[in-house]
Amino acid sequence: MVCGSGVESFAESAGPFGAGAVFVADDERLAAPLPQPRVDVLAALIREEGFDIVLFAQSVLAADVAAGLAARLGAGLNWDLVDVAETDEVLVGKRPALADSVWVDVGWTSSPRLALFRTGAFEPVERGGSAEVRTVDVVLEEHSLLAQLVEPAVAEQSGPSIEDADVVVAGGRGLGGPEGFAQVEALADALGGAVAATRAVVDAGWYPYSAQVGQTGKTVSPKLYVAVGISGAIQHKVGMQGSGTIVAINKDPNAPIFDYADLGVVGDLNEIVPALTSLVGRRKSG
Amino acid sequence: MRIAVCVKAVPDAAAGRRIDPATGRLDRAGDLVLSDFDLHPIEEALRLRDAAGEGEVVVVSLGPPRAADAIRKALAMGADRSVLVTDDPFAGADLVTTASALAGALGRESADLVLFGQQSADGDGACLWAAVAELLRRPFISQVAELAVEAGSVTGRRQTELGYERIQSPLPAVVAVSDAINEPRYPSLKGIMGAKSKPQETLGAAEVGGVSPARTAVLALSPPPARGERRRIEGAGAPEAIVDFLVERRLI
Repeated sequence: MVCGSGVESFAESAGPFGAGAVFVADDERLAAPLPQPRVDVLAALIREEGFDIVLFAQSVLAADVAAGLAARLGAGLNWDLVDVAETDEVLVGKRPALADSVWVDVGWTSSPRLALFRTGAFEPVERGGSAEVRTVDVVLEEHSLLAQLVEPAVAEQSGPSIEDADVVVAGGRGLGGPEGFAQVEALADALGGAVAATRAVVDAGWYPYSAQVGQTGKTVSPKLYVAVGISGAIQHKVGMQGSGTIVAINKDPNAPIFDYADLGVVGDLNEIVPALTSLVGRRKSG
Repeated sequence: MRIAVCVKAVPDAAAGRRIDPATGRLDRAGDLVLSDFDLHPIEEALRLRDAAGEGEVVVVSLGPPRAADAIRKALAMGADRSVLVTDDPFAGADLVTTASALAGALGRESADLVLFGQQSADGDGACLWAAVAELLRRPFISQVAELAVEAGSVTGRRQTELGYERIQSPLPAVVAVSDAINEPRYPSLKGIMGAKSKPQETLGAAEVGGVSPARTAVLALSPPPARGERRRIEGAGAPEAIVDFLVERRLI
């Protein structure tokens, strides 16, 4: 299902990935990335076509659409899934819960069944084929049009790309302020890596959005990810859990990031990071 | 300005959170605390009320009877009163059950603005507002990091995968705020004492339009897949130990 304005051309591109049919709702009122008009379109389509399973890739927009849809249709929604399988005709989703300390098998007790998948849960696979493109009527509810986008997002472009780097050094709230990023930059420089940041510090204006890793930022999978002063909330984890090796430096021994770091270093980053930077620098030049 | 803030009482993270294998539900037998994420919408509501110089902040929640104690913290921070929806059939509530109970309670209020925090601290859900707004047939804005209310409308600056954007909506509206929006105040001693005499109302299922049954269920629990050996170091010599580790893994 493709919703938007001027999006018809995208529809066919789903074919090679296995879609048999693509429904297109192309309407000026769907131009802004707002959820409520999309709930109207999807609810009508699901009712008309009798779809039993509706899957979304997790994003701010998709979560809002899926939850609105669940309320509209009186449907069950499971979120944050990393896998789904049908055994004995029962659909079962896998969800890591409580900071990924336990995996929960979740199910649905009614139809349609709605699910949100965690970012990066699946690798897209091209398998050939082409999709039949079908146009959908767009009929919108009054309350769905009240919220309006008054200032669209502008993508910032600056600094080296964190998505392509083999080494990423990321800074979080533990740095104490924007000046703390000087240490992170120095360590990244010594390791030949790029600098990343958490949502908390980007929202606080310490570092640009283009460097943000996590649910609403970029997803990275470098060979080495060094997390400096990052507690490691789930929104951050989903953006970097594919990293080869994770090293975390944090003064709080209970920080969630230590649950998934390969090397956890408990201590004062203001002492450890400069010393580490100088050791790495000496090693490289020596 | 009448503001309702939807909050959740969650098991204290300091005491450890676990899922009861027998029920597949979060174990709520221990101490309950107000979800940290919910302190931000409470703070925002208090600032809006105080800036307007009039109005009311009411805290609305669904939970077991003991949740009333956790919710009192919102009253200690400065909220005027609380409404707790509580009834046995709500145990095991899912998204739609919860949304419908909250919408039922909110339907008895006439709030200009309904606020939410960015997610639940225990269930990691981050979408309840969308379901509540849908049931109330009101506009909503999520992930708001800056909020402005003026002349019957609300404008939120928010971050999504696309960057920062601004969304405007007429009131009444539903807004979910991010934890970047403000620094919540600590309750003062006077606030804590005063909270004890503020009204705490309790509503049963019948008073919020009944119980919408859960459409999702927990089927089984299992330990997470192992990620290989994890090492922990602390104290002096940490920088050298990190270098040794990186060399061992051939990363430098």
